This record gives sequence, C-alpha cells and structure tokens, in this order.
Amino acid sequence: MSAEGHDHAQDHEHEHHHKDTFITKYIFSIDHKMIAKQYLITGIVMGIVGVMMSMLFRMQLAWPEESFKIFNVLLGDKFAPNGVMANDIYLALVTIHGTIMVFFVLTAGLSGTFSNLLIPLQIGARDMASGFLNMISYWLFFLSSVVMLSSLFVEAGPASAGWTIYPPLSALPQAIPGSGSGMTLWLVSMALFIAASLMGSLNYIVTVINLRTKGMSMTRLPLTIWAFFVTAIIGVVSFPVLLSAALLLIFDRSFGTSFFLSDIYIAGEVLHYQGGSPVLFEHLFWFLGHPEVYIVILPALGITSEIIATNSRKPIFGYRAMIMSILAIAFLSTIVWGHHMFISGMNPFLGSVFTFTTLLIAIPSAVKAFNYITTLWKGNLQLNPAMLFSIGLVSTFITGGLTGIILGDSTLDINVHDTYFVVAHFHLVMGISALYGMFAGIYHWFPKMFGRMLNKNLGYIHFWVTAVCAYGVFFPMHFIGLAGLPRRYYTNTNFPLFDDLQNVNVLITTFALIGGVFQLVFLYNFFSSIFYGKKAVQNPWRSNTLEWTTPVEHMHGNWPGEIPEVHRWPYDYSNPGHDEDFVPQNVPMKEGEVVLHH
Amino acid sequence: MTSLLVIIVLVLLAIALWQLTKIFDLTQVGGEADDSQIANDGDNNTQGYLMFGFLAFIYIFTIYGLIKWSSLVLHTPASAHGDDIDNLMNVTWVLIFIVQAITQVLLHYFAFKYRGKQGQKALFFSDSTKLEVIWSGIPAVVLAVLILFGLYAWTNIMFVDEDEETIVVEVYAQQFKWTARYAGPDNVLGKANVRLIDGVNTLGVDMSDPNAQDDIVVSELHIPKGKKVHFKFRSQDVLHSAYFPHFRAQMNCVPGMVTEFAFEPIYTSDEYRQLPYMVEKVANINAIRTKKSAELVAKGEPALDPYTFDYLLLCNKICGASHYNMQMKVVVDTPEDYKKWLSEKPTLVQEVKAANAPKPVEGGVETDSTKAKDTAAIAKIAMK
Repeated sequence: MSAEGHDHAQDHEHEHHHKDTFITKYIFSIDHKMIAKQYLITGIVMGIVGVMMSMLFRMQLAWPEESFKIFNVLLGDKFAPNGVMANDIYLALVTIHGTIMVFFVLTAGLSGTFSNLLIPLQIGARDMASGFLNMISYWLFFLSSVVMLSSLFVEAGPASAGWTIYPPLSALPQAIPGSGSGMTLWLVSMALFIAASLMGSLNYIVTVINLRTKGMSMTRLPLTIWAFFVTAIIGVVSFPVLLSAALLLIFDRSFGTSFFLSDIYIAGEVLHYQGGSPVLFEHLFWFLGHPEVYIVILPALGITSEIIATNSRKPIFGYRAMIMSILAIAFLSTIVWGHHMFISGMNPFLGSVFTFTTLLIAIPSAVKAFNYITTLWKGNLQLNPAMLFSIGLVSTFITGGLTGIILGDSTLDINVHDTYFVVAHFHLVMGISALYGMFAGIYHWFPKMFGRMLNKNLGYIHFWVTAVCAYGVFFPMHFIGLAGLPRRYYTNTNFPLFDDLQNVNVLITTFALIGGVFQLVFLYNFFSSIFYGKKAVQNPWRSNTLEWTTPVEHMHGNWPGEIPEVHRWPYDYSNPGHDEDFVPQNVPMKEGEVVLHH
Repeated sequence: MTSLLVIIVLVLLAIALWQLTKIFDLTQVGGEADDSQIANDGDNNTQGYLMFGFLAFIYIFTIYGLIKWSSLVLHTPASAHGDDIDNLMNVTWVLIFIVQAITQVLLHYFAFKYRGKQGQKALFFSDSTKLEVIWSGIPAVVLAVLILFGLYAWTNIMFVDEDEETIVVEVYAQQFKWTARYAGPDNVLGKANVRLIDGVNTLGVDMSDPNAQDDIVVSELHIPKGKKVHFKFRSQDVLHSAYFPHFRAQMNCVPGMVTEFAFEPIYTSDEYRQLPYMVEKVANINAIRTKKSAELVAKGEPALDPYTFDYLLLCNKICGASHYNMQMKVVVDTPEDYKKWLSEKPTLVQEVKAANAPKPVEGGVETDSTKAKDTAAIAKIAMK
C-alpha cells in the first residue's frame, strides 16, 4: 500500500508539469476539491432562489392579495397584475421552493459539496475513484439546475402540483397550467438530477470502500465519512425508483399510457385513461421521498458529529453506537415511506405496519441526540460559529423530531395530515437542521476549501439571528396546523373560521423576512472572505482528521509526499496519555499506549 | 418613496451590524489583537452566555405560545371516535414536552457550563454501554406503549364493521367543489363511473342500476347526530382530500377508486355552536372581522358578514389553482330534522326526468349522447 502511495506521488509530480488552463482548473475540473466548490456555489445560488421564493409566498400568506410592487417586478404582469400575486403562481412558488431546497440545496449542495471535499481528504486518497465521472456528475447537476430555473420562464408557468408532483394534477395541463411545459421541464430536470446523483453516489461508495489509506479501517473512519457513505448507499437504492416513477409519468403525460391515471372527467370531457392508480405513484414517489429525508439529514448529522467532537475537545460519545444508529436509520428509512400515505386510500392494515416501522426510527434518533448532548458534557467547548450551528442543529433536530411521533402515528396523523403542523415538523427536523449542518460545514471547512478564514463575528450574528428566526417561523406554525389550517392554500380569507390565525401568520412572515434578509450577512462573509479573508493556518481547529494534514494551498493529489498512514481513531481529543488535547490520526501510537475506547 | 425607506432601513441595519461586530470585538479579553477568526476565551464566554439566553428564549417563547395560541387549536371533537384521537394526542404531547424540556435544558446548559477556557482539558469519556442501553431502552418501551395505543385506536377507527348499521353517503370531489349522494331508503349507492356523466347526472351514476333509483344528489351535506355515517369518496379529476377537522376525519379522494371513512357525529351544529369554547372563538373571530370591516368601509368596500360557526368539509390535497376555496358546509341535524330534510330532496331519477322532459333535443346534444353511449360501454366493463 505504501509503495502504491509512492507511485501515486510520482504520478502526481509528473502531472504537475502540465500547466492547468483556466478551463481545466476552474470549469471542467476533475479535482474533487474544485468540484466540491462548484457544488457549493451552485447550491448557494439555488438556495438564494429557493429562499427568496419562500419570502414571496410568506408575504402573500401574511397579507393576502395585497399589492406589493416587488411581486410585479419579480413575477411580471401575468402572474402579479398590479402587484397582487395570482393564485397559480403561488402554487408554483411553493412547488419550486420545495424542489429546489430539498434536491438542489440540501441534497446536491450539502452532500455534493462535503462528500466530494471530505471523502478523499479524510480517508487519505488522492482523489475520487473516478475523477471523470465526478466531473460529469457535477455538470449534469449544473444542467439540471439550468433546466429547473429555465422552467420558471415558460409561458404557462413552472410546475405547480407541489414538490411531490402527485398525478393526475401533475399529468394534466387541463387541471393546472403548470402541468404543461413547466412540468415537462421539471421532469427532465429531475431525470438529469437523478443521473448526476447516482454517478456521485457510486463514486463515493467505491472511493470509501477501495481508496482508504493504510491503517484506515472502517472503524477508524470519521463519522462524516460514515454518514456520506451510508447516504450514498440510500441514494443508490432509492433514487432509481424516483427515476422510474418520473419516466412512467412522462409516458402517461406524453404517450397516453395509464400507469397512474384512471376514470378522469375534466374540462367537460372523459379522458381515455383506464386502470392506472395515483396511489401507485405515491408509493413510488415516497419510496425515494422518505429516504430522501435521510439523504438530506444524515450528512448534516455526520458533519455535526465531527464538529461537535472537535470543538468540545472530547471524543464523540459512543462512536460505535453512532455508526449503528446511522445504519439503523438507513435501514428503517427504506421501510417507512407509507407514513406519508396513511389516508391515501391504501389498506388501513398497511397503515398499522408503517406506524410501527416509523416510530422505531425514534430510537436510533434518540441515541444520536443523547450522544451529542453527552459529548458536550464536561467538554472544553470552543464556541466557533460552526459549533454554534451544530448545537443549533441538535436543538432543531430534537424539536422537529419529537413532533414526528405525532405524525408517524397513523391515528394522530388523520387530523394533522397536510396541515401546517406537517410544514412545521419537516422544516425543523430536516429543513432547518440540514441547513444548519450545511452552514456548520461551510464555517468549519471554509479554510480547507479556500485557504482563508470566514469572519467569526459575522458568523455569530448570522447564527443568532437565524436561530431566533427559525424558531420564530416554525414554532407558531404548529399551532395553526393544530387549528386545522391546510397547507398550500393561497389565502385563508375564504374561511372565516381561520380569521383568528391571521395574526400568527403575520408574525411568522415577519420572522421569515428578517431571517431571509440576514442571510445576506452570510453571503457577504462568504464571498468577501474568499478573496479578503484572513489567511488560514494548516489546522485552525486543531482537529485530528487527515484533511488538516494537507497543505493550505490546494494541489492535485492532496499530499505533496506520501499519503499519511493512520494509526488511531479520529477522536483522540483530550486523551489523558498525551500532552496536547488532540492527537491527529497519523500520529503513531506511543510505546505501550492503550486504546481507550471501543 | 417606499423604496427609499427600504434602502434607509437596510443602511441602518448594516450600520447596526457593523456596530455589533465591534461590540463582539470589544468583549474579547486581553488587549492583544486577535484576528485569527478562531473562538478565544472571550468568544466562548459571550457565546456561552448567549446559549443560556437562547434556552430562556425557547422556554419563554414556548410558554408565550401555549398561553396565547392554545385557544386557536381544535378543541372538543364532534365525533364519537374523536376522543380516542385527542386523548392519545394529549398523552403524546405530555411525553413530547417532558423530553423537549429536559433535552433542550441539557443541550444549552452544557453549552454554557462547559464553555472553553485556554489550558483546560476536557474529560476523555468515549463510550458507555450502560448509558446507550438506557437511552435506547427507555424510548423503546415508551414507543411500544404509544404504538400499541395508536394501533388499537387506528383499527377501531378505520375498519368499518360491515354488520353495523350505518348511513351510506357518497362524497364526490371535483375541481373545486364537493357534492354528496345519499343512498336513499335501500342504503345502497347505485353504481357510478365518470364515463356516465351526462347533463344533470353530474356524478356519472348508472341510471339503469336498480340501487340507483332512490339515490339523492345534493350540494350541502346533512348528517344525523348519533348515527354512524359511512362515507364513500370519489373524485372525477385529480386527487382531493376530504378533511372534516372538527370530526377528526380525513380521507383522500382518488380518481378511479372508492375510498372510505366512517364516523358518528355527537353534537348537532346548534349544540356545537353553544359549546363555551366555540362561543368564545366565534366572538373573537367576529371582533377581528368587525375591525377589518371598519377598515374596508373606510376604503369604500363592503363590510364583512358576521361569522356563525358551521362544520366544514375542506379540500386538503393540492388540487389546482382554486384549491384554497374548495369547501362544503356540513350540517349535523337531529335524526328527525335529518329525515325531514332528506325527504324533501328529489331523487336523481326525478331530476334527470325533469331535465330531459321540456327541452327539445338539439344536434349538439345528440352527438354528446352517442359519445356517452360509447363511453358507457367501457364504464360497464370498468365497474366490474
């Protein structure tokens, strides 16, 4: 192995004589670190679009059908005549907001960035198993982003059937204008996205299995890598199912098949569809859709594990229990999809089974939460912005996760299904939590990505305003959900019953707007620090993992000489046998040193 | 003008931020300039206290919410099975609040208590099988109890006993309205398929089916108190969801299949209006509406009607642009009133006859009816 590593080093030196052109270095790069940055910046751009959409529809919800000049400026005369948001564009905004945030920001932006950056660096590999496939993966993702954004400009408007695109609504342009060419572009974009995601995932899996450096056994992998690895496996198992669902939907839409459609009378005529079932689509969609939640949250939890351990100057508590819980969550995530369908018309007996499997997920989730809290106990906490976001993640993960006990219970789901209670739940547990994980990762690994530091005080302001606003938005939302307010309503003014919820909606929107605007602090910090940030030292957080043994200046192949050999697990923080409070993984065991952990 | 104001606010915000970063800088201990952008003891101290403050924020916000917004949430179920749901819900809430209270305290308090100091070393505490067993075991036991209670209630609610005496009502969904069909004296709904939709027969009922002869189609849903109503749901176009929030009942309406849900109303509409919580809620809503009306009148627009409570059936699955306004009034009558109301309604057969009788057949209608015949043949096959 070490001889092989040496060969790689030689190859690398040989390679270095070729001058990188601008195009091979910054655009069609096969270097995982550059691809990670490409993913991140694309993700951030998509995130800006997604968050801005949510601010627009939140304004409509707080001040229904009022005229805002900004609506007219952004949405145009067709969708916001006189500055009043039209009802079909409201649904389009909700749909595209969900799609962008779930897939483009929290799947590609989060997993794509940090899996690419950290897998080779933390396992001690010179690059991904296939740099070429990695490049193709990014560019397919880029293309899918372009297609998704271009769907905003088609005449009838973008897809508007909700991010879950349930047919028949998504299949019939007669049912909603967005189901015309907007929906076609949505499906094309998602097909490209899935292809990109599969290429990425296969690459991650192969790299983790085959390219670990000498001494890096599976039980010495940082929890980040475990999370990315398991996430990639879930992705490979479930994304193809969404692809097939999307293909069948394309057949139904364009070639007259009846996979998901049957007995439809719309716009004064009977359609020819016979024998299909929308419930079948729901099964296929959620077979990906639910694991997708874990595809989003597991990398965030992996990042958090690493950051909490480093900044607590303590080993992560229960390393093996953490791995077991990741595996348990991954396994369970593939057999709980039916809890989105308790009242879909499927057999109630099936509902019982899914209630059982769903509530089981609370056990590994509880283990993770308690392990994080115990890691903080008697630590020497370095409250860097990344650490604050990680603690914030644990907080919102608990708050949002607990209401999952209600939604996962079929009996209780009957009355809160598809209300704002659901919106509050999943935004806290996967939306905000995963976003915090992403921010934590950015603050922590920015020095590794750009060789410079982010401004910490701007980071603190960013965190505190975001933390207050996140609770401010989603905590009150539970109440309006419990009042029976359905989600995806353009306005509630047709129901005097809900008149008393309007003040709460105004409060929610106020928090949403403040929180949204304050993300500018992050954007300013991020983009200005790339160029003007303070130069980073090699290992600013005094961390144990291998990425901090590489030079600050990026180079192909990551390490100038041989790849370091690994002698210990990644969490030897404050090990009583050592003077320093951290012992990097490549430090050999001392004479007679005993392993102090399981 | 507004844009100018917005710009001024943004500039002021930026200045405030700049000042805040200055304050953070000043809180750092020691005179030496530290621009490493890594948290030092001063940062740890400030952020630790802020963590503690955030804990207070979460608690105060939660308590504020519970006091201020609890009156908004659904109360007193109007159906027989509703108490099963609400009781389970309350038990679950108690558990959630206990866990939430404990974990958030520990998390934020530890973040405050163990804020770092230079030269201090953390405790090397890597694992404990005992602790892991405790905190996977306790949730497992608690969840097992919740699952058992949940499944017991679920089975009772969802499986309708075939022998039980129920009133069969079809709820029919289409963009963007609801229609109801009563099975009539035989309590069996006639067969139906969207391919049979023709004129006043908007639900596609098979008029040749003997069971359909006494079916009654109405646009307002009346159900009797104290009788279990067995709803059968159909949709003619896209997915809808029939949501009866006050009855703790919901079921999707799926084109191409019939879904079902049964519940027994236990308060008539009038009785439910008299419940103290509802009286208070309606008064509150009317106060809000009066205020809004005053604003509207000042602008020269008509005032809002005062609100009286009615049970509602809402669409709760995104179904198109006007999804937000797909509703039907539900009236719970005494059994006598219900019988009287229903007996005054014409059957579908009578309505079809009335519609066909006076009008001479025009060319356009004729092609329509031949088309209907074609599709009727398919529908027969489909209905098997």
